[in-house]
Amino acid sequence: MAKTPIILKGTAHGILLKPMTENWDDVLIALERALEDAEDFFRGGRVIMDVENHRLTQEELGAVRATLNRFDIELWAILSEREETVRLARSNGVLTRLPKNTEPHRREEEAPPHQKAIFVQQTLRSGQSLHYPGHITLVGDVNPGAEVIAGGNIIIWGRIRGVAHAGAFGDDQAVICALNLQPSQLRIGSHISRTPDQRRRTIQPEMARVEDDQIVAEPWNKRG
Amino acid sequence: MAGKIITVSSGKGGVGKTTSTANLGISLAMLGHRVACIDADIGLRNLDVMMGLENRIVYDLINYIEGRCRLKQALVRDKRFPDLFLMPAAQTRDKNSISVEDMTRVATETAELFDFVLIDSPAGIEHGFRYAVNPADLVLIVTNPEVTAVRDADRVIGLLEAEDWAPAKLVINRFKPELVRRNEMLDADTVVDLLAIDLVGIIPEDEKILSASNRGQPVALDERSPAGLAFRDTARRLTGEDVPIEVHKKQSFFQRLFGTG
Repeated sequence: MAKTPIILKGTAHGILLKPMTENWDDVLIALERALEDAEDFFRGGRVIMDVENHRLTQEELGAVRATLNRFDIELWAILSEREETVRLARSNGVLTRLPKNTEPHRREEEAPPHQKAIFVQQTLRSGQSLHYPGHITLVGDVNPGAEVIAGGNIIIWGRIRGVAHAGAFGDDQAVICALNLQPSQLRIGSHISRTPDQRRRTIQPEMARVEDDQIVAEPWNKRG
Repeated sequence: MAGKIITVSSGKGGVGKTTSTANLGISLAMLGHRVACIDADIGLRNLDVMMGLENRIVYDLINYIEGRCRLKQALVRDKRFPDLFLMPAAQTRDKNSISVEDMTRVATETAELFDFVLIDSPAGIEHGFRYAVNPADLVLIVTNPEVTAVRDADRVIGLLEAEDWAPAKLVINRFKPELVRRNEMLDADTVVDLLAIDLVGIIPEDEKILSASNRGQPVALDERSPAGLAFRDTARRLTGEDVPIEVHKKQSFFQRLFGTG
């Protein structure tokens, strides 16, 4: 190999990962090897991946994230010169710009990826999706044709009229809360339910969870 | 000062993009503005027919982009309004003949000569849509009060937001108050509530639109057509005038006679 497939180095914001080849298999292999070599050094850290002009696909992003997560590392930001890639990164809940004046990253305080949460303030329109391995809090609506998928719980301060999937890695204990729950489909862990074709009566905040192998939604103010 | 570039888009086909472009172009010209309408639907051109200018076309958008004519030669003057022009699409080519940069250059150059440049976008969210919205200062989203059309409009608005394109405003076309009253059609509030963008016009369904398009005499020219009036009001809102939105019903014979209602 003429040059190394990746560059990996520590910065004030986190670990900088720079793929140096278009061949993503080589990138993944090199990444895995580098992380194995210095597991303790990187563990619990976060990665800023600078893909420059490379057009990143959902599969490539997912594969990198999966590799990083195995080493307890968060895919925190993706820097790109391409609009498509920036959009892709955003829809995966990844930063696309480094926040100014951030505190240097302190790793000790970080929780493992599935316990982390993101806060997103945006309405998801038809065709848009938000994926995150941890919990998702969304202030805005999930319109018909949009989807929210979380490894953990989902809280929507707004309406769900699209698809929401909590506990996407198989966690049946996950819950989905919304101010107005009228999804076309709800999924929790391995369970799927669609809203009854009949229109819902009153609109009120509800929480959906799995009970006796079925997804049930109950009004928030009638709990326990 | 360069004019305002407004792209008319929808996502879904058949909701009335071309009808809206033709009528808003004419309505703006009626208000005394200098207006150019650009047909960006390369390969499926219709705007010339609706405006009744088909037989006056010598050069088109592609001819200009390829340097075969000057900008003014590709602009066809309207037969009714001296300050209204049409830049026709090429019928014999397809959308891959032009790039986002080409379209942006044409629209920007045209805007130097006019107060308003209206771009009639192709349906869909592919290349044709992208080159049509790229130069826009404002994107008019045309939708119908139907679940499918609204969903596609939502998708388009999402794309505009995600890519930091121009802001979007909404026109609801083919609105039928009677159907809304019978709960058979989405009402305007429901549509606006979902799409969450500013509404600039509600165009009632009007049989005259069809015959008007076929004759190349858009309804905006028809004093008595409710749709024509709604288009003229929408045009006034685009110029910044504060015109309350109401759904114009067909006037009865007596109402017309006595000037009430």
